[in-house]
Amino acid sequence: MSIRTPFSRVQGLGASHSGTEHFWRERATSVALLPLTAWFVYAAIHLVGQSYQDAFTFLHEPVNAILMLLFVIASVVHMTLGIQVVIEDYVHTEGSKLVLFLLNKAFGWIIGVACVFSILRIAL
Amino acid sequence: MADSPQTSAHARPLSPFVSIYRWPVTMAASITHRVTGVGLALGMILVAWLLIAVATGPGAYDSFVGCAQSIVGRLVLFGFAWAVVFHFFNGIRHLAWDIGFGFKLPTALGTGVAVYVLSILGAIAIFAWGYHQAGLL
Repeated sequence: MSIRTPFSRVQGLGASHSGTEHFWRERATSVALLPLTAWFVYAAIHLVGQSYQDAFTFLHEPVNAILMLLFVIASVVHMTLGIQVVIEDYVHTEGSKLVLFLLNKAFGWIIGVACVFSILRIAL
Repeated sequence: MADSPQTSAHARPLSPFVSIYRWPVTMAASITHRVTGVGLALGMILVAWLLIAVATGPGAYDSFVGCAQSIVGRLVLFGFAWAVVFHFFNGIRHLAWDIGFGFKLPTALGTGVAVYVLSILGAIAIFAWGYHQAGLL
């Protein structure tokens, strides 16, 4: 005899409010980031010592802009998930944990929007 | 959750913390993975700075390049490069564990050492290639 509602039981999530999405999304983005990071390192090295016009031209190329967008988006999702785990591991008071979760999300959104907007501004 | 551990009136028994253990390479690599992960998250500020600078114009780009070329800038970028390579290779190690490979103790220790060696060589290689790209090497 359980007092859980049928809806809660069919969700099967328990007290954690979530299932394996966090773990899975962290792994999926990490696999995506293997080629994207390799490309980013290549791109970063390529930009060393270049003039403003060269850097602009490089990021203006559609293929480079697309790869940079993919790199930034995968990175932001991956880092937000990762830092959330760090907070969960070390912060045990509900109040500070909630504040840090919000700051972590805000950080991810700010970095993400700043990068995506800049890339589109350069590329379009 | 009436009492948080920090505000409990009675001293509760504690489990041993990191300071009490030996530091096998597996444990060191695990901690380094987490530290480099947090470092890389902060490093994304530099990526955003670069992209905003290119989107803004030559003046903003030149001040980014000026900071990047300073001694402090180079040290930060070297740390960034090392963190990228470490997190990259140790991430592959974690993915291998996730699908069940590399758990034998000699393997786990060996891949741990390999990741540290590769991360240092990788960071040096990135900087050498960057200096070469800039015509300084």
